[in-house]
Amino acid sequence: MLLIRCPYCEEERPELEFRNAGEAHIARSANMAGESDDDFEKFFFIRSNPKGIIYERWRHMHGCARFFNAVRDTVTDKFIMTYKAGEPKPAKLPGASK
Amino acid sequence: MKKYSAFAIAREAMRGHKGWEEQWSSPEPKKEYDVIIVGAGGHGLATAYYLATVHGITNVAVLEKGWLGGGNTGRNTTIIRSNYLYDESAGIYDHALKLWDGLSQELNYNVMYSARGVMMLAHNVHDVQVLKRHVHANRLNGIDNEWLTPEQANEFCPPLNISKEARYPVVGAALQRRGGTARHDAVAWGYARGASARGVHIIQNCEVTGVKRAPNGAVTGVETTRGFIGAKKVGVVAAGHSSVIMNMAGVRMPLESYPLQALVSEPVKPVVPCVVMSNTVHAYISQSDKGELVIGAGTDQYVSYSQTGGLHILQHTLDAICEMFPIFTRMKMLRSWGGIVDVTPDRSPILAKTPVPGLYVNCGWGTGGFKATPGSGHVFAHTIAKDDPHPINAPFTIERFRTGRLIDEAAAAAVAH
Repeated sequence: MLLIRCPYCEEERPELEFRNAGEAHIARSANMAGESDDDFEKFFFIRSNPKGIIYERWRHMHGCARFFNAVRDTVTDKFIMTYKAGEPKPAKLPGASK
Repeated sequence: MKKYSAFAIAREAMRGHKGWEEQWSSPEPKKEYDVIIVGAGGHGLATAYYLATVHGITNVAVLEKGWLGGGNTGRNTTIIRSNYLYDESAGIYDHALKLWDGLSQELNYNVMYSARGVMMLAHNVHDVQVLKRHVHANRLNGIDNEWLTPEQANEFCPPLNISKEARYPVVGAALQRRGGTARHDAVAWGYARGASARGVHIIQNCEVTGVKRAPNGAVTGVETTRGFIGAKKVGVVAAGHSSVIMNMAGVRMPLESYPLQALVSEPVKPVVPCVVMSNTVHAYISQSDKGELVIGAGTDQYVSYSQTGGLHILQHTLDAICEMFPIFTRMKMLRSWGGIVDVTPDRSPILAKTPVPGLYVNCGWGTGGFKATPGSGHVFAHTIAKDDPHPINAPFTIERFRTGRLIDEAAAAAVAH
């Protein structure tokens, strides 16, 4: 079971309190009806599914119930950081050499 | 390839078993092949086997980063059934089921296919409606499936608890008698032996690190940890790592990879005569010929390549098993493990040509690919050999996620995903 730090509660809590909500930073079009089939497919179905660093959404269901984002390594399952929803994708990761 | 037979056993017994030959050879990779298959699991090896036997294409290499059958082929719970709801799924899974019957003879290798029956339990009125709908849809597609009362279910599987006092009482069940189990390792080994005997190169410990393409976009080969290997056609059959390989060719996939766990108990005398599944309490169970109870758990909720999973997932499944079979509450579990499954948005596989000329993909089998192994290999070999899908896998395109022509088994595959 993962230990996840909620950036709102500022506490590390067990995974059972959280619900994974898929890949982060996929913006929904403001004009969905005007989307081409290709763009809709990219938004709705295509995922990066990386072996390595993933940016993903979590929801602290049984806590503050808020959505937030996390950076995790999908090979080790270790969290690198979590940050609040709406904050930009971190340009530099803690501990990363570049 | 020397034929296995009772006579061969007697002959070898007479001379100290010194005459058995290697089941498949381990050649050095050539510079170029007609076809490269990425991934030596059941589906990849079956593809190579049918390329050789059905289409006469034997200049084939199957590249495997680890050992043969060491991925999900060796990690699954070996359930075989074809009671899927939609016509497209029924077509491909029953194609496989028909090949399972007789596969041991075809391969001259005992894959231990045992049609012991797969029984799916209903615990509430919605289960009854869904499972009865499956029974009818299956029958219309010529697939056997029948409805049982709780008493009939209990007769078919005596340790099943049908007490009305149970927290989730059994109110009925759907039974596919042709469903059952097989020996997963033997499937990989049998196909490997058959393919190798016909000239296919099986190259283990050879990880694909890149896919090379010509200026016109067509595939020219793959970069591997053992150097560049050329091929005009490359088939990707890499299960949980399919999207990683496809990314190397510049194709982004509608896939996400999750850990899926399974576990086995200490071995006991025969007690579960069939496969029992329940979507509502989320558990399924069968008994191996060694006597272990083989139990399948669910996926974790997050993308991962760690081949492990959360303990609470196993705990949840065992809660359900004890609910269905109170007789097992004091059984000891021997070991558990995880595999990485690639899941599509509609929970149906992708077996298709790709936008890249010469590149083919067979992936997205999610939590239930083992049952399809022979059928998947058979139609994928056709797709590669003819550069055109077989009618059975024609609906399983990549493009369906753009056109919207989904095969939406997500809520219908008769298994909790």
